Amino acid sequence: MTGTAPGLRMPDADARVLARRSDIIADLKAIVPGEGVIAHEREMRPYESDALTAYKQLPLVVVLPSTTAQVAAVLKYCHDNEIRVVPRGAGTSLSGGALPLEDAVLLGLGKFNKILEIDTPNRCAVVQPGVTNLGISKAVDHLGFYYAPDPSSQIACTIGGNVAENSGGVHCLKYGLTTNNVLGAELVLITGEIVRLGGKHLDAGGLDLLSVVIGSEGLLGVVTEVTVRLLKKPDTARAVLVGFPTSEDAGECVARIIAAGIIPAGIEMMDKDAIAAAEAFVNVGYPLDVEALLIVELDGPEAECAHLLEEVTRIAQACNSVTLRVSTSEAERLGFWAGRKAAFPAVGRLSPDYLCMDGTIPRRQLPFVLARMRELGAKYGLRCANVFHAGDGNLHPLILYDANAPGELHAAESFGADILRLCVEVGGVLTGEHGVGVEKRDLMDTMFNEVDLAQQQRMKCAFDDKSLLNPGKVFPTLHRCAEFGRMHVSGGALPFPDLPRF
Amino acid sequence: MSDIIAARDEAEVADAVRTALSAGKTLEIRGHGSKRAVGRPSQTDLTLDLSALTGVTLYEPEELVLSARAATPRADIEDMLAASGQMLAFEPMDPAPLLGSAAGAGTTSGTLGGLFAVNLSGPRRISHGAVRDHALGIKAVSGRGEPFKSGGRVVKNVTGYDLPRLMAGAFGTLCVATEITLKVLPRPPMEETLVAKVASPEAAAAALSAAMGSSCEVSGAAFLPEGVAGRLPGLSGSPAVVALRLEGVAPSVSARRTMLRAVLAPFGAADVLETDASRALWLGVRDVAPFCGLGERAVWRISTEPMAGPALAARLAADLGGEAFCDWAGGLIWLCLPGESAHGDAVRAALAPHGGHATLIRATAAERARTPVFQPLDTALAALTKRVKESFDPGLVLNPGRMHAGM
Repeated sequence: MTGTAPGLRMPDADARVLARRSDIIADLKAIVPGEGVIAHEREMRPYESDALTAYKQLPLVVVLPSTTAQVAAVLKYCHDNEIRVVPRGAGTSLSGGALPLEDAVLLGLGKFNKILEIDTPNRCAVVQPGVTNLGISKAVDHLGFYYAPDPSSQIACTIGGNVAENSGGVHCLKYGLTTNNVLGAELVLITGEIVRLGGKHLDAGGLDLLSVVIGSEGLLGVVTEVTVRLLKKPDTARAVLVGFPTSEDAGECVARIIAAGIIPAGIEMMDKDAIAAAEAFVNVGYPLDVEALLIVELDGPEAECAHLLEEVTRIAQACNSVTLRVSTSEAERLGFWAGRKAAFPAVGRLSPDYLCMDGTIPRRQLPFVLARMRELGAKYGLRCANVFHAGDGNLHPLILYDANAPGELHAAESFGADILRLCVEVGGVLTGEHGVGVEKRDLMDTMFNEVDLAQQQRMKCAFDDKSLLNPGKVFPTLHRCAEFGRMHVSGGALPFPDLPRF
Repeated sequence: MSDIIAARDEAEVADAVRTALSAGKTLEIRGHGSKRAVGRPSQTDLTLDLSALTGVTLYEPEELVLSARAATPRADIEDMLAASGQMLAFEPMDPAPLLGSAAGAGTTSGTLGGLFAVNLSGPRRISHGAVRDHALGIKAVSGRGEPFKSGGRVVKNVTGYDLPRLMAGAFGTLCVATEITLKVLPRPPMEETLVAKVASPEAAAAALSAAMGSSCEVSGAAFLPEGVAGRLPGLSGSPAVVALRLEGVAPSVSARRTMLRAVLAPFGAADVLETDASRALWLGVRDVAPFCGLGERAVWRISTEPMAGPALAARLAADLGGEAFCDWAGGLIWLCLPGESAHGDAVRAALAPHGGHATLIRATAAERARTPVFQPLDTALAALTKRVKESFDPGLVLNPGRMHAGM
């Protein structure tokens, strides 16, 4: 296999599929006419990776359907002919969720870019999966509404991708993740069957299958329509920027705010390296002599914001804050955020390459985890800047490295894996919002044992009996579904202890 | 009454399920039994009694997280949360008063596992989400008798499929939950409710929508027709009204009261229920107080698009000779029929144009055997649902037939 970085093993390509490539292309062109099938190497090149650019692979063929019927026909064809399928939205995945396979159809949903219905009386919108996250909010902005989850890539990432990854953002402490803001979806199964889950109503009338489809990383089906919940925009939003002499003080401040019964719209933390990088990049007046910076945002009626800002200020001062600025204008508030939102590119200027990690920890473990990360950085000889969704414990360590320096990519990946193991060790998880994809696939067994993983894969088999949808992602081993039917644990020993891992 | 196997821990649960599986026996999963009368009538060989699986195993108020064994009494958890100024934000319904003698249930409000398994969220569903929205992690035993875990104790977690949310509302048909981890939230320091008269169901829908579409952050929104309203605390003798709850810190509630009055002005003047009266009203809405104590008259719980709810409620009540009211800004209809007959076809035919689902919450066992209790599934979704059930429980050991016949 060519292209993918060393160390990542993907499922072996199916030689029978590769041998039939030209027939498959002809058959797909019959289903999706015109320019919907891309088979030339040069034209497929833009699809060879997603935002996890360390891994690249050309697909068998790219198919860009424009109707649900076409999606259903393509999937049925692939099911009948045992051809693997990798679904793709805008390709902004940071975990390699849309990394192609040499023997798989890459199914792009980019042509599904219409907003089908805006229904503000029922506070929802029905959209196609290729609509961008920000596109939804922009379409309803003039009505005073918005779609709450706001991942940093919201200008580019699509709602279909958000559904696949259960995307979050900086405001999910108060407003929830994708799963809390999606009411319904149309899902095409690998058999070509179309099922509707949810709608404009709340909750499921039977099993809540929508809840497992959201965050399933394209392994269960292809979403062709999404019903999202719309919220009224809050009257006011104000933010406070607080500097602390230690990360312990900052962490204590977050804990005390929440213990006081306050759920801010967002609480973000940055460490000294991240503050310096962001300030050098956007120059918004971040204090440079502090170890940790918090942005606490409150939204709601003016009276509530003012009241809670007083409380937060009092708590911050009791936690040894050394600088504290309350936004007095919308421009100033956006300035506070500009540095945080630019943290990734800002850190990118410090270093030829960086790796963005995504673990979640119980908040109170933050000082311990930061200290351990410093030790690990020393061990690997690499720097690491930290931005942190402090309200919900979601860490984004940015590991700086130079891909042209021999061994640095490998060291960065090992450092990152150690950080994620540390997250699990303190009671957290491998990924908060970027997904497992290929990036964290081989770490799944730090969090789950074989029985846990087998149960998840059995459920996948209920959706995808031939394991054709996005194979090689999420799970460290690839099984045929029939194997799970026979699997029984006896005395803690599994029948396939030596199963090959990729 | 079938034979009872009592399990005291996860290992005993796993043993019981494995034993049942190998003997070809089926299990009814039971905590306190307070919701036994919800769902299709159970005809299992054995009962797996989880009532000894109690105890809160983790509660960190400043981390907004609580874990407890499945049969921990709901009341214990709510008391513990209240002592730290916190709550289960989804305001779970306690169906015991509604089910009454039909349930054969005592006075218990049930267990954590029970409220999780039925996913019956209360008025705050519209602003804070359902039981499933607060599910973070689960430890469970599958129908294979294998203990497994999914999720974790943190809110932001996309590591693997989100099985805890799938288990919420699965009525114990996929696995036996042994320990559940939930997100908890601060309890608002105060609340009040604005009550405004409405001339028609259509006006009610418009008023509820205007309130929910404002920035007032309404956390309870009900349409209470004349007759029903009078049987709720604080509204005796009332004509048809909409009730809208505001919760939060005092300065915020006060500001939002002014805003909400302005929003409601086109519909008429609004009265205010202060904290205690407001609490009593929403407890009554949550637990369907107007339809409690009416024997086994059939009661439906219908979820639909909010704008359609009030008119649909009025029409169903009129056509079938019953009574109805709406929670969830119109999106949840509670319909009480005049007798034990459920009229399932008529209810579901009326619902069909609007989408959603109708669940028969209270009915005699005979009626629940005759009428599909849960919304019937179309062919592809029924087949997928059955495959998902079998992926957890291939021998159909756990609560078989509780939701759908044959699975």
